[in-house]
Amino acid sequence: MNVTQSFRLAIKSLRTSKMRAFLTMLGIIIGVAAVIIIISLGNGLTGMVEQQVEKVGVNQIYAYTWGMGDGTTKNVTPEEMYAFIDAHPDLFDGITPWVSGGQGIRCGSEEYEKTGIYGVSEAMYRPETGTTLDGDTLARGRYLQYVDVVNRQNVCVIGAYLEQEAFRGDALGRTLSLGGIPYTVVGVLKQNSETMSEGGGDDRVYIPYENAMQLSGSRFVSLYQITAASRDTVMEAQALLLDFLQTFYQDEAGEHIYDYYYVQSMLDQVNQINAMMGIAMMVLIAIAAISLLVGGIGIMNIMLVSVTERTREIGIRKSLGAKRKDIRRQFIIEAGTTSALGGFAGILLGCLVAMGIGSLFGGMLVQSLGASGITFNATPTLGAVLVSFGVSVGIGVLFGYLPANKAAKLNPIDALRYE
Amino acid sequence: MRSLEHLIELKEVYKIYPMGSEDVHALDGVSLTVDRGEFVAIVGQSGSGKSTAMNIIGCLDVPTSGTYRLGGVDVSTMNDDQQAEIRNKMLGFIFQQYNLIPKLTVLENVELPLLYAGMDAGERRERARKALERVGLADKEKHLPSQLSGGQQQRVSIARALAGEPSVILADEPTGALDSRTGREVLGFLQKLNAEGDTVILITHDNSIAVKAKRIVRLQDGRVIYDGDAKDPRAVVRPEESAEEAGA
Repeated sequence: MNVTQSFRLAIKSLRTSKMRAFLTMLGIIIGVAAVIIIISLGNGLTGMVEQQVEKVGVNQIYAYTWGMGDGTTKNVTPEEMYAFIDAHPDLFDGITPWVSGGQGIRCGSEEYEKTGIYGVSEAMYRPETGTTLDGDTLARGRYLQYVDVVNRQNVCVIGAYLEQEAFRGDALGRTLSLGGIPYTVVGVLKQNSETMSEGGGDDRVYIPYENAMQLSGSRFVSLYQITAASRDTVMEAQALLLDFLQTFYQDEAGEHIYDYYYVQSMLDQVNQINAMMGIAMMVLIAIAAISLLVGGIGIMNIMLVSVTERTREIGIRKSLGAKRKDIRRQFIIEAGTTSALGGFAGILLGCLVAMGIGSLFGGMLVQSLGASGITFNATPTLGAVLVSFGVSVGIGVLFGYLPANKAAKLNPIDALRYE
Repeated sequence: MRSLEHLIELKEVYKIYPMGSEDVHALDGVSLTVDRGEFVAIVGQSGSGKSTAMNIIGCLDVPTSGTYRLGGVDVSTMNDDQQAEIRNKMLGFIFQQYNLIPKLTVLENVELPLLYAGMDAGERRERARKALERVGLADKEKHLPSQLSGGQQQRVSIARALAGEPSVILADEPTGALDSRTGREVLGFLQKLNAEGDTVILITHDNSIAVKAKRIVRLQDGRVIYDGDAKDPRAVVRPEESAEEAGA
């Protein structure tokens, strides 16, 4: 008895009872589809995070320094931070203070109350990549330069929204007023999000950080954005930075007080998100796998019924010379074919549903994150498809074995006599 | 003139089933030989042991004790799979209920024993078609069994039995499900096969069918009570039977 014959017989017996075959497969279809949907959406989300990180740069480390807060003025100064960063060129690429300068600007007689003002240094811009540390690129003009920062020049770089709204698309060399002080626009950033809005990512003004401190009345720089030399050195750089801040902030007794600073890297966040999504996906896949198990039991159940129904056929086959292994193979192949077809249908259904969800909610998701240039791509990996197919065939064979073995062991006389 | 080696040789065969505290002797020391080219009817009423005899001769069952040699090979102690191989190579079954597989076409049904013999597709088809030609159903090979009459289905099952070119054709009540005219046709067919050289063993309870064979073996209570020429009047009329009839 060869395999192709068994396979043809399996297809034949599935076709003679389509409804039953479909119901038998349903468990596998749902299980496989669920796994495929989960993996697809997971891939979509991971892809989104990756894209976002790629854009911002995975090398970013944020150091929050709140100081003692007890009236003393002990706090790390930008100069001390610069010195530390400069001392480790193999680990760090650059550092910029990040100071919020409040909200609201004036341009001529117009007020823009929601425009965000941020104080940074020239290190915010990386000439070698042509982007800022946040991933923005320059549309026109130049970024803040060392002399601007050192001399606290009243110059600024503005977002695309502001240029369009306040200057009708031509802002270079024009002035706007921050807290009553006129600033000259030296550069304009490219549009960031697809739909620009007031107070959004494109409604911003970047000025030298000390100007921003003055504007907001803050005495310290409480956030530094630091670039590590590469993705591989992020962890080491982060550890070294922590050491530095720990040494700086420990009290007289040498006791370590964490509350005064906090260091977080982009990589930390990415790893955290990925780990969380990984766990969530594993849990979901495990739940979906239960339905595969139930599907397998369904196949076993129907195969047992089928063996009983076809007892006479088994007897006939045995009387004609079928050995145990011939009968066993026939039923295992039938179970395997059923679950393989179910698996195939499940993969198709899963891909369709994932694509549907992706196109329905993907855009919404991207927009709600306010990110542009990022796509949500809910497609399964080839590996996931192959593994689901393999698993569904495996389930059929596994759960088909018991009924097949029962059939193989039937006594031909009893089987022939069975009505 | 008998050859030295019998085709079928049962020696002191017992088949004992435990039934509660008692043992039922379905076969109670049966010895029997059949040679190539014979046409033997094994006759007996229900409970006589003829079905058990058929199961043992057909290698569907093994005797409790005694030996059974088929074609010179001791098959009485074989396991399931070894028996399957013997059935495949040496025996062709014709059943009362035809026992065709309803999902398979006529040709596929006839091909089955060849399939289990491991024959390749081309040769299988050719041999199956030849067997169908022999029973006059070559034009029905694409039909399903349900599209054929009872007589035609039985002829398909005869073709299936012939396809493997077995040493023995075992027919178990082959006319039981047929009307008398079709039954006669099928019997005529078995006679024709025998005339062409095939060894045929017919199992029946019906004397009028048994007499179509050349030799009758009558079983009663698991023993052979007559073994001889079918034309002998004693073959069909047993002493007890006539006594009963006289009594009634």
